[in-house]
Amino acid sequence: MKIEDKKRVLREMVLHRRFEERCYQAYIERKIGGFLHLYPGQEACCNGVMEAARPGHDYVITGYRDHVHAIKCGAEPKEVMAELYGKETGSSKGRGGSMHIFDAGKRFMGGYALVGGPFPLAAGIAKAIQLKGGDEIAICFLGDAANNQGTFHETLNMAALWKLPVLFVCENNLYGIGTSIERSTAVVHQHKRVAAYNIPADECDGQDIEIVYEHARKAVDHVRAGNGPFFLELMTYRYRGHSMSDSRGYRSREEEELWKQRDPIFILRDRLIAEKAITMAEFEAIEKETDAYIENEVIKFAEESPEPRVEDLEKYVLADRDTQLPWLTGKAA
Amino acid sequence: MANIMYWEAIQRAHDEEMARDPLVICMGEDIGVAGGTYKATKGLYEKYGPLRVMDTPISEGGFTGLAVGASFLGVRPIVEIMSVNFAWLAMDQMFNSAAKVRYMSGGQLTAPCVFRSAGGAAHQLGAQHSARMEKVFMGIAGLRVVTPSNPKQAYGLLKSAIRCDDPVFINEHELMYNMKGEVPDGEYFHPLEGSEIARAGTDVTLFGYNISVHWCLKAAEILDKQYGISAEVVDLYSLAPLDRAGIKASVSKTHRAVIAEEDEAPVGVGSEVIAIINEECFFELDAAPVRVHSALVPQPYNHTLEKATIPDHEDVVKAVLKMFGKA
Ligand SMILES: Cc1ncc(C[n+]2csc(CCOP(=O)(O)OP(=O)(O)O)c2C)c(N)n1
Ligand SMILES: [Mg+2]
Repeated sequence: MKIEDKKRVLREMVLHRRFEERCYQAYIERKIGGFLHLYPGQEACCNGVMEAARPGHDYVITGYRDHVHAIKCGAEPKEVMAELYGKETGSSKGRGGSMHIFDAGKRFMGGYALVGGPFPLAAGIAKAIQLKGGDEIAICFLGDAANNQGTFHETLNMAALWKLPVLFVCENNLYGIGTSIERSTAVVHQHKRVAAYNIPADECDGQDIEIVYEHARKAVDHVRAGNGPFFLELMTYRYRGHSMSDSRGYRSREEEELWKQRDPIFILRDRLIAEKAITMAEFEAIEKETDAYIENEVIKFAEESPEPRVEDLEKYVLADRDTQLPWLTGKAA
Repeated sequence: MANIMYWEAIQRAHDEEMARDPLVICMGEDIGVAGGTYKATKGLYEKYGPLRVMDTPISEGGFTGLAVGASFLGVRPIVEIMSVNFAWLAMDQMFNSAAKVRYMSGGQLTAPCVFRSAGGAAHQLGAQHSARMEKVFMGIAGLRVVTPSNPKQAYGLLKSAIRCDDPVFINEHELMYNMKGEVPDGEYFHPLEGSEIARAGTDVTLFGYNISVHWCLKAAEILDKQYGISAEVVDLYSLAPLDRAGIKASVSKTHRAVIAEEDEAPVGVGSEVIAIINEECFFELDAAPVRVHSALVPQPYNHTLEKATIPDHEDVVKAVLKMFGKA
């Protein structure tokens, strides 16, 4: 990666981290409700892959741990935060919540709460790209445990069969809620599971963004060149619990500590310092500026935004009736 | 009588049945080492080991089918589907395999499985984690559906469901696991069929099930104290089959009916109860029966919108007052 890009991405990753930490605080303050799944620890995965892809141009879909993916695609952080606050100005108008961030304009096709649900949706998006003849690709970010759903196998088969332009990114953080991968899955290294479908696959460290970027570039190029699907597995770790109600009794503090020593942000920071591209003081300034931005723009916007109106409860359930009358009444001209 | 929580009652039923019969097993996501999302299987993994308390992969269609297959050979699996929203993925096996195998095989095979799941809307869990799905299960030939409104039922219905040779779906509620109530100290088998009069009354029958029984009880209290209306509350703990005789008996006494459901109205418990009233005792009615139900929208995340979708005891009171021309 170019130095300038690395410096920019470092700043973005700090934003992603601080945004999530601020969500944690807002949840404790009961400003955010429902289920909240945070991303700290895994930032190099989304960032590394999307640096190799074209955010806002390529289509991205994921599960419920979706804030950072949305922001990386170009969603406004303040609109994502407003969504978490349930406000009308939120990215899903306050109807979706944390697990359902959407920004279709930025080609972020959403977060979905049912494990394994997005696999075939991603293949369908790829099918549409194929039909329309664009140069976009579909990127599906999901966890390791999702691969135990039937949709994983069914989708891999179809994607390979029809040579669909879809990149499957498996963020293998070693756990599905409180069950470790050894206890849920016969094969720990997920890329081995796709060999049977004739799909090229690769695995790499998910904590070092430059490594992720190098592997992702090959993956993205492969798919964009019309060679069909690719499966990229990134070995990573989530620092917080699965969601807010998780006290992490299923793993040891020592294991967590080991992974914290491979913090994706610190890996990039220290490399840039070693390369004399930034100083520690500059990094600390980035953190401060980021916090100020989150407080003064992101949180403020979410706090001050209006709630949806109860009269609009049934808005978005179906298409606007007036626009559909010919079909609803059978009186098409 | 022990005063215990809903989850403890479920845990106790598991424990007693597993201690009695080595072919009773349980399975589901995070039920073993983690003890279950709602603690309903707490301590069982330590006691009965991984062969009988199975932490499954996130493969609802797969492990539900596996349970059904095991039940063909006499195993009695208790399958926990973490949230009823995920049951969509398991329905093929529940409906096409478990519910039909006895019939398709001319009585040769049976599927004595128990499927338990956390239903209902909790707080702001959004469209894909808040569905009420009773209506989906209650119209399937070959499947029994029960839904406990208190710890005693949670315990006794599970005990009976495990012993029963039919597949049984148990619809629990996310917001009720910590509810306390009296449970008999000795072994107790709650009937899988029938209904229960939770409060006797003479002027109107309030039909509820699971969480809506509590709205009805609260409404009955208010109607009695503030308006002098004596409401009878009937707890429809069995949704399939519905208790035709119980519905008829109560409406024949009160001549009025309100059905409260957390589910949306179309094709639901309310429509079914009203159809039964029409068939069994139409000429006993003094007023048209009324449904109190959720709005037909995917559950909104926003707290205010969410509240606007789900009824509560006040909506039951309003419906009754309107029926009596007092509002
Ligand atoms: C169909 C379905 N089953 C179960 C769940 C409950 N659930 C939510 S996340 C999760 C674990 C998923 O783990 P993984 O795919 O590894 O993703 P991670 O959370 O680690 O990012 C489970 C079991 C669900 N949401 N949907
Ligand atoms: Mg995982």
